[in-house]
Amino acid sequence: MQGAAVKIPVKIRVNGMLRESEVEPRLLLVQFLREVCGLTGTHVGCETGICGACTVLVDGNAVKSCTMLAVQADGSEVTTVEGLSSNGKLHPVQEGFWECHGLQCGYCTPGMIMTAVQLLERNGSPSRDEIRHGLDGNLCRCTGYLHIVDAVEYAAKKGRT
Amino acid sequence: MTVTTENAPKVKASQGYFGRAMKRVEDPRLIKGIATYVDDLKIPGVLHAEFVRSPHANAKIKSIKTDTAKKLQGVVGIFTGADVNDKVGTIPCASPIPGGKSPEHTVLAGARVYFVGHPVAVVVAETRTIARDALDLIEVDYEPLPAVIDPEKALEKDSPLTHPELGTNVAFTWSLPGGDVDGAFKEADSVLKLRIIHPRLTPMAIEPRGCAASWHAGESSLTLWTSTQIPHLVRTLLPGLIRIPENKLRVVAPEVGGGFGSKLNLYAEEAVVSHLAMRLDRPVKWIEGRRENAAATTHGRDQIADNEIAIQKDGTVLAIRSKIIADVGSYWQLLTPAIPTLTGLMLCGCYKLKAVRVDLTGVHTNKMSTDAYRGAGRPEAAYMIERVMDLVASELGLDPVEVRLKNMPESTEFPFTTATGLLYDSGNYQDALEKAQELAEWPKLIKERDAARKAGRLFGIGLSTYVEICALGPSKTMAAGGWEWGCVRIEISGKVTVITGATPHGQGQETSFAQIAADWLGVPIEDIVVLRGDTATAHFGRDTYGSRATALGGSAIVMSIEKIVEKAKTLAAALLKSTPKEIEFKNGKFFVNGDGKNALGWGQLASEAYIAKNLPPGFEPGLEASSFFEPPNCTFPFGTHIVAVDVDRETGQVSILKYIAVDDCGKQVNPLLIEGQVQGGIAQSVGAALMENTVYDENGQLLTGEFMDYAIPRAKDIPDFILGSTETPSPSNPLGVKGVGEAGTIGATPAIANAVVDALSPLGIRHLDLPFTPERVWRAIQEKGGRS
Repeated sequence: MQGAAVKIPVKIRVNGMLRESEVEPRLLLVQFLREVCGLTGTHVGCETGICGACTVLVDGNAVKSCTMLAVQADGSEVTTVEGLSSNGKLHPVQEGFWECHGLQCGYCTPGMIMTAVQLLERNGSPSRDEIRHGLDGNLCRCTGYLHIVDAVEYAAKKGRT
Repeated sequence: MTVTTENAPKVKASQGYFGRAMKRVEDPRLIKGIATYVDDLKIPGVLHAEFVRSPHANAKIKSIKTDTAKKLQGVVGIFTGADVNDKVGTIPCASPIPGGKSPEHTVLAGARVYFVGHPVAVVVAETRTIARDALDLIEVDYEPLPAVIDPEKALEKDSPLTHPELGTNVAFTWSLPGGDVDGAFKEADSVLKLRIIHPRLTPMAIEPRGCAASWHAGESSLTLWTSTQIPHLVRTLLPGLIRIPENKLRVVAPEVGGGFGSKLNLYAEEAVVSHLAMRLDRPVKWIEGRRENAAATTHGRDQIADNEIAIQKDGTVLAIRSKIIADVGSYWQLLTPAIPTLTGLMLCGCYKLKAVRVDLTGVHTNKMSTDAYRGAGRPEAAYMIERVMDLVASELGLDPVEVRLKNMPESTEFPFTTATGLLYDSGNYQDALEKAQELAEWPKLIKERDAARKAGRLFGIGLSTYVEICALGPSKTMAAGGWEWGCVRIEISGKVTVITGATPHGQGQETSFAQIAADWLGVPIEDIVVLRGDTATAHFGRDTYGSRATALGGSAIVMSIEKIVEKAKTLAAALLKSTPKEIEFKNGKFFVNGDGKNALGWGQLASEAYIAKNLPPGFEPGLEASSFFEPPNCTFPFGTHIVAVDVDRETGQVSILKYIAVDDCGKQVNPLLIEGQVQGGIAQSVGAALMENTVYDENGQLLTGEFMDYAIPRAKDIPDFILGSTETPSPSNPLGVKGVGEAGTIGATPAIANAVVDALSPLGIRHLDLPFTPERVWRAIQEKGGRS
């Protein structure tokens, strides 16, 4: 019964660092990141894959880590918001959010940023409506999204120069 | 248009940080994912709590079996109402209405449950997963009873009762006799009727609630971290419940992931978690799930108003009689009864009504309590009066703009007393309206509509000219005091620490308060740190709600700086061998009149003030001051919103084609942050106008219990806005600011509603209830035969 479940070994490379652990099969990827790796930048907002606060990149694809099991990510490369900046330099999307006031309470922000990173990898010059479409799986209750669209536009421009 | 600030600051702003669009100092930690929300706290040995919640709206609890769950490895304890309610006090309401009947609000259910989501028991376990497993093993035997759901039916004689011990479903009644209403109705050329239903809304902050408590047995003290807007009010109220002295409780609001009024409360879970940490002598944490958040965090709005409007042929609105039924849910939370009274007080909007009579009835139902939700009573008022203005225009065949202008006070009439007895501080409503019309290219927009109509499209234009009430205070009107506190400390090094009691949760006061302090002190903004959200450092505070933080919290900081500057002048005089009267203070430097060469800066003065070897006689060491700012009045921001919509005749889908907002929030500290507040507020109102509606079925089952069922706007739902502003300073505080956190939410819903009704008006539709979902709009079109 519950509480004495079988544990399964997983190896997941998170932000470039290999993490090995034995986990319950039901452990969610977001729980693995937050509780096993101690990376609390990835947030839980709904537990049903709708709000997108928990979005991370798994092998380059934006994934809602509250609807993926850690065991499914075995052998994968995961990037979280903590892994975006390099050598103390912000990723252009992070910079855009800061410059354009793309966040208020900040809770949806890590997921929003990770989704935007993928969006720009797929389309380096998106229109405002294409940005809106790309962010459709991420909810924000504070900003009204317009500054977020500005932030992604900023990052797109930065990426092209 | 400018109203001078009566009590203008003695110390002049010098560097131009005030008024500048600046990016936020709080952002780096947030965009890097290294900020600390409650769930991110790493507390050694922490236990996890999960609540058993009622699946019924109204039921007797016959038994609770916990034996199997208790045997689960890792379960530390399971506690029911019988274990806890005699050891923890009841949840308080800070705004009771005299004569009202309020049920006893125990922290866990007693013999009965009163709403879906009502906490019945709590499990504490070594991990959250084990706690959740244990929930499934607890058997609660309920005897379901008929639920009270419709607040109007609840007033009928044969209705079941939400709380049988009260003998009625009437929670309270409240009346506002504003002026000679009967006389005004006698003067009227005609009387219009308008029934307004304002649906229940769910705030849905993206971070649900959560808290963690740690008992320090050695000191007999408790630390509570909680995702709240009001750590100071929690510290005032919670000690009485958990029976420890106030000075043994520290409350910390760490990073808070949005509130919108839903975290402006003392909740049962905060008291239970605190109690359990003391009882078990182990730290305990609870993080709310989304379904719990939808069911057991306060809801907003939910009013039905039957209005009679006395008008004259020329479009003058003389008076309104409004009978309002407010569905308050099952319990009185912190401000439950106060919210609909704000609707009554603001019912005049920005118009010179002669008289207003409001008769408000609060009704208990088997639902979650209503309380503050962004706007808190004002959106309901703005929606009513702005629908009234459009109805008057359509009834008399007048232009909605002309009707509004006819009823507005002139800017020279301020301060202006409303029929409901409020004193509007300052305003120029015509100016904001004119500017919004300019930005909207009004004549062109009207032509566009007329052409679209000719082509058979359902195209509508709507506007709202709203006014709201902010910066709550003053203390005489607020149960727990309406002041705000701030402290400024020049450190020994000359760096500056600012501490505010107005706890922000996303608004950006770490930046805007630093802008204020940098200008008033004349120091680089980089030298300033703003602390907030911890009662151990921010010794006093009334926190953030009602768009009060900048007007009141910012003013307390300015007051403190004025005190420090006066003190520093005394010290500078002694060091420069002069007198305080001869000392000038400019750009962060103190010098004898005209002698800029021998100026002393904050660093030198602070060093002298703390090392204290050369102090003048009687000079108290240190350079620190704190202040309570007590406002003389509230502030009254206002503005005009204009919307153009297109309604799809086949599907009922409403598309926003154009959105223009001109808001006047007085002086602007940081226009970038203000733009963010306005955009966010409008977006929430787009949700309220087009999609949001909290639905309980006839059995009291919550049908909108998560994001799958409760729609909030997504990026594609929000078009680009055209924003503008006017600036009418408030005379109620030294900064001249008014507040902007709720403006968008108040101005937008009526503008969108008026646009949708205008679009549908060729079909003969004169009013439609919120929200304008495709289904509702489509049905309305079908009822009218679908053709114009």
